[in-house]
Amino acid sequence: MQTLLREARLKRQNILDIVFRNMTRVSAFAVLALLTAILASLVIGSMPAIKAFGFNFLSSSEWDPVNENFGALVPIIGTLATAGIALVIAIPVSFGIALFLTELSPQWMRRPLGIAVELLAGIPSIIYGMWGLFVFAPLFADHIEPWINEHIGPLPMIGPYFSGPPMGIGILTAGIILSIMVIPFITSVMRDVFDVVPTLLKESAYGLGSTTWEVMWRVVLPYTRIGVVGGVMLGLGRALGETMAVTFVIGNANELSGSLLMPGNSISSALANEFTEAVGDLYTASLVELGLILFFITFVVLSIARFMLYKLGQKEGH
Amino acid sequence: MFSLYNRRRLINFISLGVSILAMLFGLFWLGWILLTLLEHGLPGLTPALFSKMTPPPGSDGGLLNAIAGSLMMTVLGTLIGTPIGILAGTYLAEFGQRGWLAPITRFINDVLLSAPSIVIGLFVYEVYVVHVKHFSGWAGALALSIIVIPVVIRTTENMLRLVPNTLREAAAALGAPQWKVINFVTLRAARAGIITGILLAVARISGETAPLLFTSLNNQFWNGDMDKPMANLPVVIFQFAMSPYEDWQHLAWAGALLITFSVLTLNIVARVMFRQNSNHH
Repeated sequence: MQTLLREARLKRQNILDIVFRNMTRVSAFAVLALLTAILASLVIGSMPAIKAFGFNFLSSSEWDPVNENFGALVPIIGTLATAGIALVIAIPVSFGIALFLTELSPQWMRRPLGIAVELLAGIPSIIYGMWGLFVFAPLFADHIEPWINEHIGPLPMIGPYFSGPPMGIGILTAGIILSIMVIPFITSVMRDVFDVVPTLLKESAYGLGSTTWEVMWRVVLPYTRIGVVGGVMLGLGRALGETMAVTFVIGNANELSGSLLMPGNSISSALANEFTEAVGDLYTASLVELGLILFFITFVVLSIARFMLYKLGQKEGH
Repeated sequence: MFSLYNRRRLINFISLGVSILAMLFGLFWLGWILLTLLEHGLPGLTPALFSKMTPPPGSDGGLLNAIAGSLMMTVLGTLIGTPIGILAGTYLAEFGQRGWLAPITRFINDVLLSAPSIVIGLFVYEVYVVHVKHFSGWAGALALSIIVIPVVIRTTENMLRLVPNTLREAAAALGAPQWKVINFVTLRAARAGIITGILLAVARISGETAPLLFTSLNNQFWNGDMDKPMANLPVVIFQFAMSPYEDWQHLAWAGALLITFSVLTLNIVARVMFRQNSNHH
């Protein structure tokens, strides 16, 4: 009697085990299903546009809702240009902050300063947009853009990219605001990977008489190169997909102007501005295809980032 | 002529100086943005902000319906996303040693963690809004829950991995079945970290605007029905800030101040709480 009871109880526990394990497995599987569903729904949603324009969609700069003729070149270039500017500014600054926080800062300042940088990542992107439009852009137009026009504008080669009316809004402004937004992400990865460097390695270099900078530049950075690049790619992924901040300040003009001071458009801001107002299947489908392109680009960039960070993680295990 | 020694010292001095400047550069933007918010937003923090509906241009009003809508959708999004996230994170940490599912899920999850949120909005629009043919609070909550899931999975897995294996073994040696070990020992030991993750997820979604644009849209009036378009702070801020009306812009600043300080407070509380709990170990 007793053994029977115990067996029944054991059996029940076994069933509960299986039920619980499968609940967790189904949830993990849901993540995969989610990704597949996102891709599938975007492809299906953009079918009319894919059929109508084919690969010309990628190379045409036309965006004409009246005649239903659409091309993605302008928003794609806008997205890449703003993200590129953001990285040019954010990489050195993030490296500087990570260097300060890992090597220079007194112990008691590390935590509050670290939190302060992370708060920069916590501020919602719409706040960056508002601040950019109402506070930063006017100052930028009054004080910095005239200077850029005067001093960088006449230079050969890069000059034309930096001349134009000082309006405050435009691709350059969007890039600068994006850079502030990705600094915390890149900094946080850099700090984490710098911590991976064995203390022994650093102390050996110091023992040989290296300066702090030499330890950073010749020992820490080469050791963590993959991780640092991974962090930068992570920042790039963020910058490419950022919506609200860019929408406020990029100017939303579907023109190829050839100057960074001129208004442009990015994929995400085109979506934010036009999607709910789009009439007609082809218009909506073209916007969905823009979303598909954005998802594809960020997916590739983020995959490379993760792959590189995993590689560094494996190094840590040895 | 610089000697080699002096040159190395100089390079070190300059680069360290630049690194301090970089730190100040970062703090400068944080300070500037927060000060701007206080300057423009504080005058708008009146009782009316919390007791009146969003007004038509030119008349008085507040943000009550937007605040309520944001709260409802954030809470619902968290309630939908958290269980799935915790279960999937548990799978990755506890059952994921073998097989193909765990490594792929981990990778995909890390990518989804920083996927553009506007695409999530687009996705929910395509699979839900198109079929029911109207914007709704449900769609907004659904979009937010998709953003919650990866955050919760990541922290749950990380926190479960910090739980020492001896704890699991001790419980198993007492004869506890695996579901009991996980539910009553490991998950409980990792509770503080997991709650931190949930708080960070809430902080993240309470400021999200892009995924709500095509899902819950906006509503000028009081609405307690999740099946109708629903006002929410971020979209109202977006609409009001972009408008030419000055009183709308004032409300947008007040809303911006409200949302930023709630989000930052959540962030700080999450970190402080996690730190206190990890000190006990």
